[in-house]
Amino acid sequence: MKFRTLAAAAMIAAFGAGVVVAADEPQVVRQEMMKKVGGAMGALAGIAKGEKPFDADVVKASLTTMDEVAKAFPDQFPPGSETGAETEAGPKIWEDAAGFKAESDKFAASIEAVLASPPADQAAVGPALGSLGASCKSCHEVYRVKK
Amino acid sequence: MTFKRIVSGLVIAGVVGGGAFLWLTQPQRLPADVWTAVNAPDLANGERMYHAGGCASCHAAPGAPDDQKNVLAGGLALKSDFGTFHAPNISPDETAGIGQWTLAEFGDAMKQGTGRDGEHLYPSFPYASYAHMTVQDIADLYGYLKTLPASANVAPGHDLPFPFNVRLVLGGWKWLYLDDGPRVELASADDSVKRGQYLVEGPGHCGECHTPRDILGGLKTDQWLAGGPNPEGEGRVPDITPREGGFGSWSAGDIASYLETGFTPDFDSVGGSMVAVQKNMAALSKEDRDAIAAYLKAIPAR
Repeated sequence: MKFRTLAAAAMIAAFGAGVVVAADEPQVVRQEMMKKVGGAMGALAGIAKGEKPFDADVVKASLTTMDEVAKAFPDQFPPGSETGAETEAGPKIWEDAAGFKAESDKFAASIEAVLASPPADQAAVGPALGSLGASCKSCHEVYRVKK
Repeated sequence: MTFKRIVSGLVIAGVVGGGAFLWLTQPQRLPADVWTAVNAPDLANGERMYHAGGCASCHAAPGAPDDQKNVLAGGLALKSDFGTFHAPNISPDETAGIGQWTLAEFGDAMKQGTGRDGEHLYPSFPYASYAHMTVQDIADLYGYLKTLPASANVAPGHDLPFPFNVRLVLGGWKWLYLDDGPRVELASADDSVKRGQYLVEGPGHCGECHTPRDILGGLKTDQWLAGGPNPEGEGRVPDITPREGGFGSWSAGDIASYLETGFTPDFDSVGGSMVAVQKNMAALSKEDRDAIAAYLKAIPAR
């Protein structure tokens, strides 16, 4: 009985430690970053489609979230993180690191251009979203392998 | 003596049976009056069929920029379990392309998988789906393809090992799998769902990737659109039936919006081979995208 309890405790500890380590892995960190961008895009799209009321603060917060991710994103691909955790990172990220950084910088620059004069009403959100969405796709098509 | 008779009887039966099989499975052509009965081509509809059919996704030169996608020069390599296929030049060039093909020859390729010289075509060209198209839509597409730029590019031939390099075996494949009946029974279908069924099962040829295949490369129609291993590489082609806990969580609006913009409900962007498909779908009308979405909500979950 005592052995079983110890074994169970050890397993729980090992499992718990595994989860903690996994959450720190770059593969997981960057997946979470992309989910944040997706969430921000979703908030803007809700406004653009008229499903949510226009709210300048939500617009600004969403753009700021994307900007933060875009700036930090290229640093999340250290050697050794090419595979694992169901990563969809493409091999070109490492083969053409400069090109990848340039795409990320371009994304950050386009977000900052929108932030400099943010959409002032509902009608202006859609076009802004369109320009940012094009950046998502152009980078994904080269540097992401969809599984 | 008796033994010899049995053997010779078997040999004769084998020859007759094999001959009958080859005769039964020889490349077919539709009656010529099928193609003379059509109306003058509606080029706008032909362009719609061109986008719905995704012609450029395989027949444009590999890596062609968006403004060159309508030059159907061929050359794209399609890797499969059976060898590597190369998409041919279907531009209106008189020698390298299909400039000399008649509507009947084009139509027999689309609906019967029969080439200009009366040979079986490989089903990497998705005629098992295009067979579902109407004769008029094929005539309109034929008219539209004639308006596109010619290319003198000579595309490479297929690179297939024995026995797949023997086109006669394709007669058996067609006998097993070429069927222009509906792929699924829809409990109820309004006009939009029916239009979606036509677009998905016919020109759109969605099932060619989204339906798993058996060992002979035929579609497992009881798993219609249920997804499967990606034949072109890593990962899986997704299940797009309205399964609970899966694609069923997408509303019809989500599906139509994805086909238009390339973004999933979570704002992930379209990936893999679907990038090119989505660009084609974006060129369709809103009604057609809504119809595809309505059909995908109406089919059985797998």
